[in-house]
Amino acid sequence: MANPVVAKRKRKSDFLTALPFMGPALIGLSVFVLIPGIRGIYLSFTEYNIFRAPKFIGLDNYTRMIADPVFWNALWVTLEYVIINIGIQTVLALFIAVLMQRYTRSTVIRGIILLPYLFSNVIVALVWYWLTDYNLGLINSVLDFFSIDKFTFFSDVTAMPTIALINVWRHVGYTALLIFAGLQAIPKDVYDAAAVDGAGEWRTFRSITLPLLRPVLAFVMVITVTGSFQIFDTIAVTTKGGPIHATETFSILISKTAWGNNEFGYASAISVALMVMLSIIAFAQTKLLSANQSDMDR
Amino acid sequence: MSDKIQTKRQSRNQEASESTIKRSLGSKIFGYGSLTIIVLVTLFPVYWMLRTALSTSKTLFSDPTSLMPVNFTMGGFARALGLSTNAQALAEGGSGASVNFSLYFMNSVIVCVILTVCQVAFSAAAAYAFSILKFKGRDAIFFLFVIALTVPGIFLVLPNFLLIRELHLVNSLFGIMLPGLLMAPFAIFFLRQFFLGTNLSIVEAAVIDGANHFRIFRQIVIPIAWPQIITLAILQFIGAWNDYLWPFYVGSGKPESTVLTVGLGVFKSQTPQGSPDWSGLMAAALIAAIPMILLMIFAGKKIVGSIQASAVK
Repeated sequence: MANPVVAKRKRKSDFLTALPFMGPALIGLSVFVLIPGIRGIYLSFTEYNIFRAPKFIGLDNYTRMIADPVFWNALWVTLEYVIINIGIQTVLALFIAVLMQRYTRSTVIRGIILLPYLFSNVIVALVWYWLTDYNLGLINSVLDFFSIDKFTFFSDVTAMPTIALINVWRHVGYTALLIFAGLQAIPKDVYDAAAVDGAGEWRTFRSITLPLLRPVLAFVMVITVTGSFQIFDTIAVTTKGGPIHATETFSILISKTAWGNNEFGYASAISVALMVMLSIIAFAQTKLLSANQSDMDR
Repeated sequence: MSDKIQTKRQSRNQEASESTIKRSLGSKIFGYGSLTIIVLVTLFPVYWMLRTALSTSKTLFSDPTSLMPVNFTMGGFARALGLSTNAQALAEGGSGASVNFSLYFMNSVIVCVILTVCQVAFSAAAAYAFSILKFKGRDAIFFLFVIALTVPGIFLVLPNFLLIRELHLVNSLFGIMLPGLLMAPFAIFFLRQFFLGTNLSIVEAAVIDGANHFRIFRQIVIPIAWPQIITLAILQFIGAWNDYLWPFYVGSGKPESTVLTVGLGVFKSQTPQGSPDWSGLMAAALIAAIPMILLMIFAGKKIVGSIQASAVK
């Protein structure tokens, strides 16, 4: 009451102006994310083939899932893929990022290293499928030339590691670049101080670089792990989940169940399970990697 | 005053980097050696694509390790572009199946350009509302977009496919673009961060002068944020160009709605299991890759910068 002008200004809201600005995005969010999200959860409690209306069956899809060996197989296959893919990719990317920081400022080199990321998974899969072909592929031809036994890259044992490595080739440059950006953000003074204290290369890396890099590493890990869990394209154009179920990851299983077997209800239940797993993993990662974010204020 | 400190710090940084450059010969050999190997491993498969694409499929077996094309021909490209006759294709080791990568290429261009332009424009408008405008519940609404950012794509593919099917948009380019046309959570998030981090006192001045928000958005904020908008557009375009799962289920039924990635998959599955048409496949893969290679050659610096910026933001 004492100051009506201030009170009036406080009450003035930009809401009506904001509506046209955020309207399209809000429609997009509701129609293609929120409502489908709810529908996906609802469908997971139904039996639904695309020709008849969904029939509510309670938790049946979930009890079926827990007893389904194909579901558990998908879990192990996906985990195998993620561990090989992320493990090798992260270590290699860290190595490349440190190399770039120390030996070259060249944007051309960074561009070359990033190039595979610009190619689609499908292109990358085809090129490597060709390079690793048993009969005519370059790798086996070279082995043959030196009279070494040819290697089957897509057997039930080797297919998943092969695919994991193919995707390392595509993503490692991208990951290295993100880590490189993090390295650039570490102030030089910290290194100077370490050098004055007589710290060696390895010691500097372990006690300074890694801890200060943690926020960026956390970010990188969350993106790459969630992406890795959803691996689909590479498998879809090479092994299609085979031999037998050896490369049948979650995404492949979901698509086979829905479009292959026309069981959209059960497929929804599996994708709900995948989403829950991913949320838990992302949450745990953020907690683990950025807890105690002391090191530097970012 | 602050300038002086700045230069002092810069020169100190230079000294530091000079001192770190003085390394032993052994570590130099290791460092440059490793970088060379990494560059070779990155580029060689791309060269091998070209070498295979220019070879004759039927005679590839005669010299599988040759670094030069085997029996040089443009036939692979002709087959991929749907330019060669059935007899020609079969003679060179093609499958004779009909593919038309010039059509798929156009489809990809149409989808990705429209998608990127609309997505970035609507997202920028929303980001403006969530950063510069002030109203009750603003941050709560924005939080919904943050949640959307964390929802895995595969989870939404199923219900969105059902929706597109109910709208009778399966096997249409519009059906492929529709779900992303009005916004991308990442785009809103990215631009909002930028708007919040920029000193926009000029905007406040304009508001006090009575300029309306549409004008401020168009004539002040967009020009200031232009480099960020281009960065974002590049990132979204690359993502759209390489997408496979969604356009496969929505568009693979007709050639008129088949995009490049999906066309490649179709081509691959049509070639016979025993002796695939590797030359045709690699030619097709190269056609799909060419825009990205050009983008890298002409805008490499910008792309590298964009990706680095997305890490630290």
